[in-house]
This record gives sequence, C-alpha cells and structure tokens, in this order.
Amino acid sequence: MDFIENIGRTVLDTFRATRDVMALLFETLYWLVMGPFKKKFSKREGIFTQMAYAGVDSVIIAFFVSFFTGVVIAMQSAYQLQRFGANIYVAPMVAISIARELGPVLTSLVVAGRVGAAITAELGTMKVSEQIEALDTMALNPIRFLVVPRFLALLIMLPCLVMFSDLMGIMGGFLVGVFNLRLNPYRYITFSFQFMVWKDVWTGLVKSAVFAMIITMVGCYMGLKTKGGAEGVGKSTTASVVTSFILIILFDSILTCVFYFFNT
Amino acid sequence: MEKEVVIKASNVKKKFGDRAILNGISLEIYRGETFVIMGGSGCGKSTFLRHVIGALKPDSGSIHLLGKDISKLNEDDLDKVKKRIGMCFQSSALFDSMTVGENVALALKEHTKLDKSVIDIVVKMKLEMVGLRGFEDLMPSQLSGGMRKRVGLARAIAMDPEIVFYDEPTAGLDPIVAGVIDKLIIDLSKKLAITSVVVTHDMKSVFSIADRVAMLYEGKVLEVGTPAEIKASKNAMVQQFVNGSPDGPIRFFQQKDDYIEQLLK
Repeated sequence: MDFIENIGRTVLDTFRATRDVMALLFETLYWLVMGPFKKKFSKREGIFTQMAYAGVDSVIIAFFVSFFTGVVIAMQSAYQLQRFGANIYVAPMVAISIARELGPVLTSLVVAGRVGAAITAELGTMKVSEQIEALDTMALNPIRFLVVPRFLALLIMLPCLVMFSDLMGIMGGFLVGVFNLRLNPYRYITFSFQFMVWKDVWTGLVKSAVFAMIITMVGCYMGLKTKGGAEGVGKSTTASVVTSFILIILFDSILTCVFYFFNT
Repeated sequence: MEKEVVIKASNVKKKFGDRAILNGISLEIYRGETFVIMGGSGCGKSTFLRHVIGALKPDSGSIHLLGKDISKLNEDDLDKVKKRIGMCFQSSALFDSMTVGENVALALKEHTKLDKSVIDIVVKMKLEMVGLRGFEDLMPSQLSGGMRKRVGLARAIAMDPEIVFYDEPTAGLDPIVAGVIDKLIIDLSKKLAITSVVVTHDMKSVFSIADRVAMLYEGKVLEVGTPAEIKASKNAMVQQFVNGSPDGPIRFFQQKDDYIEQLLK
C-alpha cells in the first residue's frame, strides 16, 4: 500500500505546487500591471541590475553553447546529406533547427542553470535569514519588490539572448559549411534565408518568453518556500533547476505541438 | 490620566497542525511603555510577536494594533499600519545585497517622497543614534553581530515608528554589547517616546529595561506586572524562571514515565 500512497502523495504535492506557482504568477502579473497605477512600481535601477545579471552576463555562455550546437548540427546533417550530394541543404537545416528549436531551448536551459539557480539561492537565503519577513514588516511586498523585477528582466532579456544565440548558431553552421564542406558563402547565406520564414523565428521567441516565465516563477517559488537553513537553500536550488529543466522540455513539446497543428 | 492602549490582544489562539502554540493570550500594552514578554523557548512568545505585527493570522481571537483589528484589514490598510511600526529581528535580517546605509534608507526611499539628500541626512542621524555613523558604506557581512543588531535597530526606527518590536535583541551577544543594546532600547523609548515591545528570556535585560513584564508559559499569559511585582511573585513557575533553577514546576524532561518502557522495548 505504501507504493500507492506514495503515488497519491506525489500527485497531490504536484497539484499543490502547481496551484501555488500559478498563484505566484497571477500575483506577479497583478503587481506588474497594477503597480504603476498604485504608484508602487519597482524601481528602474533594480530591474536594470537584474537585466544586466540575467541577460548581459549570460551572453558569453549562451554564445558558446549555440555556436558549437550550430557546428555540430552542420556536421551531423552533412554526414547524411553528403550521400545525396545535397550539401547545400545543410544551410537551411541549421538555420531552421536552430531558430525553431535549439536556440530557444538550449539558451533557456543554460539560463535556467545560471540565473534560475541564482534566483532560488538568493531568495532562499533571504527567506531563511528572515530578510523576506523584514521586507514584509517594512510594508514592502516581497513579490513586488523581489519577484517582479526578476520576472520582467528575464522576460525581456531571454528573447534577446535567444535572438543573438540564433545568429551565433547559424554562424557556427556557416563556418562548417564554408571551410569544411566548401560551400559558396554567398549561396549559403541566401539559401538559408530562402527557406527560413518569419514564423520560424517568432515561434522560437514565443517559446523563449514562456521559458523565461517558467525559470523566474519556478526559481522564485522555490526560493520563497525555502525552509531550514543552508541545507534547505541547497535543496531548493537543486529542485529549482531540475523542475525548470523538466518544465522547459515539457512546454517545448506542448508549444511545438500547438505551432504544428495551428499551422497558419 | 487615562493610558492609551496601542496593542490589545484578546484571546488569541493559534494551532500549527495538532500543536496549539497560543492558547488564548490576552494582553494590553500602553503607549510609551517598555513592555517585555518573557518565557522559555517554545512558549509561543515569538509566534505571538509575529501575530501582533501581522505576519501570522490567529485562528481565533483578535489583535488591535494602533486601534485597528489587523486580522481584518486588507493589504493596503495593513501596509499603512506597518509603516507606523518597526521590527528588530533576532538575526538582524539585514539585506545582504545592500550597504548599511541602503538598509536604513530602504523604507524611506520606498515610502516617502523625500529627496535623496534628505534621506542621506536621516540615515546619518539614525546611525548616530546607534553609534554607527560613518559605517554607511560597509556591507552587512563586514560587521560583527552586535553591530548588525544596532544597524537592524537603526533600520527599525528609520520611519520614526510609534512602536518598535524587538525579537530577542540580546541573544548571542557578549554581556557588554548586550548591555549597550539594553541601554539603546531605554534611550530610544525615552528620547523618542516610542512604545517598545521586547521578547526575550535574558533576565538581566528584563529587569533593566522593562516598565511591565508578561510571562508566557505554554501559550498562555502566566502573570503580568512590573519587574518588582514579578520578582515578588508567588507563582512558583515565575519564580523558577526568574531564578533560572532547573527544579520546579516547569519540567525540562517532558515524558518521564515511559522512559524505562522505551529503553526496554
């Protein structure tokens, strides 16, 4: 019976956590929309600090990952396409798979590991050292003060990062195409953009915006519910990264299905 | 002259799961006095404090803070009341990512329209009161425990509150620093006419700062009175607590009877 009990408990816990994360999301959106009307908008400097941390400081690692993904995709697809003498199709293959899928997903995973973990660790430490409670007694709503700037910063910065990552990935494929497969650089570029349509890019950006919400919401939720000192912070941080990773992959497939079936 | 009641708790009850933490606490605290809540660890004194500042809601009973029933207020009105109180945390709870000056300035920056130059002056004044002027640009991690407590105190009084709450202000400090903190609490109450509510189990500070004392035991008020009345109390539990004796009606070992059974099981 223990086994069934455990299943039941896990399902219930998952439902409870989902409900709480949604509540947090609604409250964040409430403050995001209503904050300016109540003259209680988050300070600009706070948002800029978060944007610099979440976005600008993630550029190098995001570039690194996307560039080499581009290189690998180009090589792996060339390995198959060479047999048919269709080397030139490496160009759109790289461009489309990067823009639609690998750019948003891999960049978000990197950011989840870097920024999401940092959010949870910081908020968790603040929770266990009574700092969240201190904010509350100073009549500063922790969600408005801590969650909203992080939410907004990542919502703006992750799509930007993904755009740059897309370019880097295409660049990685381009280098392989030109120097390894001996394709004409001009033809490579025109061929890429001949096949890639606007929809490939914006679906990727929509995905990245959803992933940004997942990363901040999971990160903040795990941070704010941290209990029990340093060990608790460690546990929350691990849980935050693992949950973000799973949810990013899950929502990636859901969104891909949506875009696939509503192919307008 | 009739004394003005600033905090009035009536029959406050709270349960966490099956464990009753507060079993009906009723207290009145008057304006301008230094009121000490004492009791052993786990008697519910910190939990009671969290109810009074609105961080927790009672299961039943009511708490009036500055004339408002805080368990029935909406968030905006509760915020208005919160701006009139200050809280000094046991662990200081300074914001690690901000300097000492920014910590003290935060509430002023967020809640007032004061110019930055004015806020800077206020911050210097508050830090001077706790003897830490010139430390504005240090980070909390660079301070000692006693200094952090004092910064926490400066932050608590930044908005010129009417009531300041102290959660174990002298816990974990050496006797001299503890004495300094006690003196600061007295000074602030006298100079700024602030009502102070102090939660502590440090007997030395209880008798040096308190105008009135309440002793809590198992979520109930055991006795309320002036320090002299408490010292002369006939209640054996109060006497045991004040003198810190291990033998008496308050048991340290909670289940004595089944000890042998448990060993032999």
